[in-house]
Amino acid sequence: MAKKTLKTAKEKSAFWNNFILIVICVIWLIPILGILITSFRPSEDIFRSGWWQVFPHKENVEVERIVLPESVDLDGPFEILGKTATFEEFRNTVELDDGRLISWYGNKRTRTAIVSERRWVGFATNLTLKNYSDVIGGKTISYKNAEGQTITRTGNNLGGAFLNSLAVTIPGTIIPILIAAFAAFGFAWLEFPGRNIIFTIIVALLVVPLQIALVPVLKDYVSMGLNGTFLGIWLAHTGFGLPLATYLLFNYISTIPRELLESSYIDGASNFTIFTKLILPLSVPALASFAIFQFLWLWNDYLVALVFLGEKNQTVTIAVASLVGEKGQDWHLMTSAAFVSMILPLLVFLGLQRYFVRGMMAGSVKG
Amino acid sequence: MSVVEAKAPTPDGNNRINKILTWFGTTLGQILVSIFVPAMTFLVLWQGYLFLQRAQAPQIVQVLVAIVWGVGGVALLYVVTNWLVMKLPKRASRVLQPFVFVGPAVAIMAWFLAIPVFRSLIASFRNYLGTEWVGFDNYIFAFTDPRMLETFRNNLLWLVFGTAFSVGLGLLIATLADRTRAEVIYKSIIFTPMAISFVGAGVIWKFIYTYKGTGVGIQEIGLLNAIVTALGGTPQPWLSLSPWNNFLLIIIMIWLQTGYAMVILSSAIKGVPAELLEAARIDGASEIKAFFSIIVPYIKGTLLTVTTTIVIFSLKTFDIVRVMTGGNNGTNVIANEFYLQSFTYNDAGKASAIAIVLLLLVTPIIFNNVRQFSKSRRGF
Repeated sequence: MAKKTLKTAKEKSAFWNNFILIVICVIWLIPILGILITSFRPSEDIFRSGWWQVFPHKENVEVERIVLPESVDLDGPFEILGKTATFEEFRNTVELDDGRLISWYGNKRTRTAIVSERRWVGFATNLTLKNYSDVIGGKTISYKNAEGQTITRTGNNLGGAFLNSLAVTIPGTIIPILIAAFAAFGFAWLEFPGRNIIFTIIVALLVVPLQIALVPVLKDYVSMGLNGTFLGIWLAHTGFGLPLATYLLFNYISTIPRELLESSYIDGASNFTIFTKLILPLSVPALASFAIFQFLWLWNDYLVALVFLGEKNQTVTIAVASLVGEKGQDWHLMTSAAFVSMILPLLVFLGLQRYFVRGMMAGSVKG
Repeated sequence: MSVVEAKAPTPDGNNRINKILTWFGTTLGQILVSIFVPAMTFLVLWQGYLFLQRAQAPQIVQVLVAIVWGVGGVALLYVVTNWLVMKLPKRASRVLQPFVFVGPAVAIMAWFLAIPVFRSLIASFRNYLGTEWVGFDNYIFAFTDPRMLETFRNNLLWLVFGTAFSVGLGLLIATLADRTRAEVIYKSIIFTPMAISFVGAGVIWKFIYTYKGTGVGIQEIGLLNAIVTALGGTPQPWLSLSPWNNFLLIIIMIWLQTGYAMVILSSAIKGVPAELLEAARIDGASEIKAFFSIIVPYIKGTLLTVTTTIVIFSLKTFDIVRVMTGGNNGTNVIANEFYLQSFTYNDAGKASAIAIVLLLLVTPIIFNNVRQFSKSRRGF
């Protein structure tokens, strides 16, 4: 008896656990769903109705317009389709006995009433890939505006920005890992003066805000001609990523059993051989964790790219951000651009989540 | 990108090869090779650099060259320096070799982080061009100007509400999900926003907060205004309503960071011994009591780490504000004011002072890290 109540109590709490979690998950997903749907809708539709209206729902649909003859006096009560009401009432919508609605179109002088009916809509929603082709392609788009002038706009060339982002992130991920692996090996296994103090400084640098470096480093870049170049941004990302990379890899590499290394030294292997033949292969899990971490951070970075690359070789984050700045109401472009910018990190993230979590755990130890 | 190889191309036999090898064996040959190889390396890298500087090739070619050049270049540099050091007498090479390994990392960190701390510190006492000493003027601005006071207030809001909700929600979800069968699915969903850039998240949420204006027959396309309208309210230009707009921006941070807190806390919760919880339940403790008196104390350390990480994040928040409001309408934050001072108003002095303020704010955390590290590594 007691067991049974315990069991039902457990089932009950499981129900509530799931219920709360489902509610939270739905709230978490709705924002993404919103822009995903919007990115496939034609721009007129986006502006006319909310994205949730692509789902079948009941809506007031206009069925006819009635223009009242001049003989009807709008100042007193008058009749439309057998319903008598004043102008004010019609303007605030009047319901007919059969459920249809009558509302007024514009101001009084239009003499027009709109009859609408609640109907199911949203079964044949207009969806298009045009937003994506517009935003990815770099070609210029010409169109005539309302006054008949031809307006030419340069396309957003998000495709180019995508390539730039790859050019920033791939070396920007590999270079610091390579340099950090060498350094971590040096700190963990080689003796040299100042080792302790230098590593302590690296630990201190872990949480130094990179804002501190932007102004001085930019000054150096301008005088060296590195501003706006890929080399410049790789170096910057390397500099800002190295403390964490070195720290993580040090923690990992210093746990490799001492005997393993010593026997190799006895066999006459040099430090360099031991590093490339032994340490690197053994550290693959740690390298992979950091690589995913760094990749996502670089791909999503905005500040460093903004300062050191600027508009010249713009990355996807900069392209999307400038789209928001310039075309703040062009939701069809902004949503599809945002989605293009999200697709790669999402794939990497969902595919390699396990490694990412592992790296994050190791990184969070630092606080 | 090919490295020149010293290979004798002639087929006429060992004699010549031997001759070449003896020549390489002499000290003079050694020195020449030691100069030639680094020089070639440098030349190849320099050519690649110039190619990227000119930027005339089609973009895809440039990008490919950039990748090969960048990654290959670094590897090549290590190989060549190590090779050079190994050429030295044994004693010298043993002393120098550690620096081949740690040298580049240390140099880069010094250039990009350690030295800039001092350069910014000096710049913060100089005027906007860095030509004259101005004493504490920039700090007086940083601590008393109404603009800065606004950023302090907002960063405090971010810190308190952003951190509290991210950690609190993360803990709630981690605890609840731990007891369900679909745990992995729930956690993946909450975690997903971590892959999205703040700029992307900015677009997502700007669309939710968007406002079309008042007028007859206007249908709101922003979710928030649609909900407000459906509940009988009037639509609002949410992002310009100070100070409430700050909370709307903080919601974005919560949306992004809860997943982080949840994952870390979830693994800590899994470490709580089952017997401990079982014992408490047998003693008749309610789930809520067991949570607060057993789980929370057990994961206190992790809770503290997660909180610290998110606190640092909230202090440095920039992208979200930049994209959503540009810091207007009372939403400015320290990092955005730094950006404005350095790149819009070109005031290196004020910008540096603000950067130093940011550094001061995280200094306690730096000290704590260093202390923890030296404690854990005694005898390092």
